[in-house]
Amino acid sequence: MISMIEFTDITAWIHSLLLSVLTPTWTYIVELALSGVTALVVLLVCVIIMVYMERKVAGFMQLRWGPNRVGPYGIFQVIADVIKLLLKESFSPNRADKVMFNIAPALALCVSLMALAPISWAPGLTMWDTNIGILFITAISSMGVIGILMAGWSSNNKYSLIGAMRSGAQIVSYELSAGLSIITAVALAGTLSTNGIIQSQADGWWILKGQIPAIIAFLIYVIASTAECNRAPFDLAEAESELTAGYHTEYAGMQFGIFYLNEYINMAIVSIIASTLFLGGWMPFHLPFDYPVVQTFNHIMDFIPTWMWFFGKMFLIIFFMMWFRWTFPRLRIDQLLKLEWKYLLPISIVNLLFAAVIIVLHWHL
Amino acid sequence: MENQPTPSPTELRTEEFVVNIGPQHPATHGVLRIEATLDGETVKNILPHLGYIHRGIEKMTESMPYKQSIYLTSRMDYLSAHINNHACSLAIENALGIEIPARAKAIRIIMDELQRLTSHELWWGSCAMDIGAVTPFFLGFRDRERILEIFEANTGNRLTMHYIVPGGVMRDVLPTFVSDVKELLKKIKGYRHEYDQLITGNFIFQHRTQGIGYLSKEQAISLACSGPVARASGVSCDVRKHYPYDGYEKLDFKEVIDYGCDNWARYLVHMEEMTQSIHIIEQLLDNFPTGDFRTKIKGIIKLPEGEYYQRVETARGELGVYIVADGSNKPYRMKFRTPSFSNLGAVKPTTVGLKIADLMANMSTIDLVVPDIDR
Repeated sequence: MISMIEFTDITAWIHSLLLSVLTPTWTYIVELALSGVTALVVLLVCVIIMVYMERKVAGFMQLRWGPNRVGPYGIFQVIADVIKLLLKESFSPNRADKVMFNIAPALALCVSLMALAPISWAPGLTMWDTNIGILFITAISSMGVIGILMAGWSSNNKYSLIGAMRSGAQIVSYELSAGLSIITAVALAGTLSTNGIIQSQADGWWILKGQIPAIIAFLIYVIASTAECNRAPFDLAEAESELTAGYHTEYAGMQFGIFYLNEYINMAIVSIIASTLFLGGWMPFHLPFDYPVVQTFNHIMDFIPTWMWFFGKMFLIIFFMMWFRWTFPRLRIDQLLKLEWKYLLPISIVNLLFAAVIIVLHWHL
Repeated sequence: MENQPTPSPTELRTEEFVVNIGPQHPATHGVLRIEATLDGETVKNILPHLGYIHRGIEKMTESMPYKQSIYLTSRMDYLSAHINNHACSLAIENALGIEIPARAKAIRIIMDELQRLTSHELWWGSCAMDIGAVTPFFLGFRDRERILEIFEANTGNRLTMHYIVPGGVMRDVLPTFVSDVKELLKKIKGYRHEYDQLITGNFIFQHRTQGIGYLSKEQAISLACSGPVARASGVSCDVRKHYPYDGYEKLDFKEVIDYGCDNWARYLVHMEEMTQSIHIIEQLLDNFPTGDFRTKIKGIIKLPEGEYYQRVETARGELGVYIVADGSNKPYRMKFRTPSFSNLGAVKPTTVGLKIADLMANMSTIDLVVPDIDR
């Protein structure tokens, strides 16, 4: 192995530096704050890239340029948008429930950000390396609907209310099959810890090693998580042509901006989880065979740094979600629920059983 | 409170609520207001309210010379401006008993059919957008733009052309007109497979339209529907076939009829009509007549006293122009029977009992143009 500066070296260096000037308790607190701020900054940069990417992808698919005025290739468009949103007045409608109305965006954002805690960004770089990481993420992500329901209900707008109710039905339903496909990967890995799951893919990603059940679980997870993020073709909660803007119809300025940000943060989180579970997170692409050629190949793959693998996989899945959005028409609410309860959920259950059989018989590689 | 029985805990009290869709709403494509009574997601009743874009075109014509009132017809169904002008010009020509040159007839029909193509392409994009796909909108506009370029080059205008006038057309087409249109048709035919790949063959789109928005043949007739809406319900009502004008009787084209009665049938009728329009234009281009583009008529038109009626097939259905003339240079009364107004009646019977999303799908396949409803 060549010697590269690993993230663990940096964190260890910061740790020893802080210990030399502070007491252990204060070191812990400062490290907590530092890691939170770092994760937030990394995520916000990701969101900026995603918003730009979404516009460029949409432009590419729709025979137009996308942003190309602000800065070279329009790369500062997102910043200009944020400034516009910040300068706009945030007002609440006349007979809205003001407290709920103003809390809702913040709550939705907090819930999404909480899911960041157990994510393993790079080897040894996890904010909260707990043994129930995936369980925690599943539990937190099902709370995301509360913010949306609060926003829709407190707006005193019928469109918002319909959008929020749709969103509630949708997220609660799709949570099930997303959870079941997460369990498939967890069963294959034999651990709930995000680091443990990634370590278990050192000799090959689960989508390769886990045979057919892993592939089915991955596809179901991508579909269900697209629905959980309220992205097209499952964007019924917003449904521009039906409900104007759905649950955030009445929001303006940065309050709307937070919902917008929230959508992209959710997208980033579900893609990180999908890549952690099925595509090995930051783990380079390894093949699970013992031939010398394969060993050489695995070594060559190690030369690509882990952060490239991590963000590469994340943006690949995000690109697929954008591709869905700009290609498919929207489903109707009954079709949406039918897809979940009649197709995805039974398939997930059977798939989990199938995976269990494969695990018990050690058929996976 | 005391008079009301307390609801038992097992039985939740629900009530219908009224949602105002429009006048400013992305799905109404204009200022149509629909009062929808909803029970949860299910639409229980629909009440369209008109008048948000009423400009009094019929009344305005009474104070205008005949030639000027043709300008106003472009503003009714702005997506069929040529065809509206055509209807008004035909009514005046019939009243005066003028025969127009063969070249003018050919130009008129080519322009009409190109206009039908632009309208259907825009319809295709906006229909897909109402169902939730955004990309088709841009593809539809791309192809429409090519046709608008031809309009702009030959008539000087893109939306409200006022090119077809009593006696023929305003001015002759460019010398390159035939080759331009031939090239354009080749392009449009090449684009058609994109339409099919993106929307026609899309599983979600098919499920959103098939079996949704049922309008029976009897309902279509009793609501006086016309155009693709009626033809998708199995009613043969193409004015170009039944009351041909300006040489449609000599052309070979099919009246597109589908018996599906649902949104999918309406979609297919629109798509097939585009093919038929291309076919019509190709026949005319192959032997494009030479000669005059307009017969000389007097500067001030005075229709003899009487009542005149002329109908044409616009992109949306049957447009009727009814003129009551009193012998002066202005009409005593001019009445337009516009297709969108009659087709609007089909929204309620197709939608009641379905979901909100189906209301948008139905409105888009019924293809309403709001200024055509209100005039």
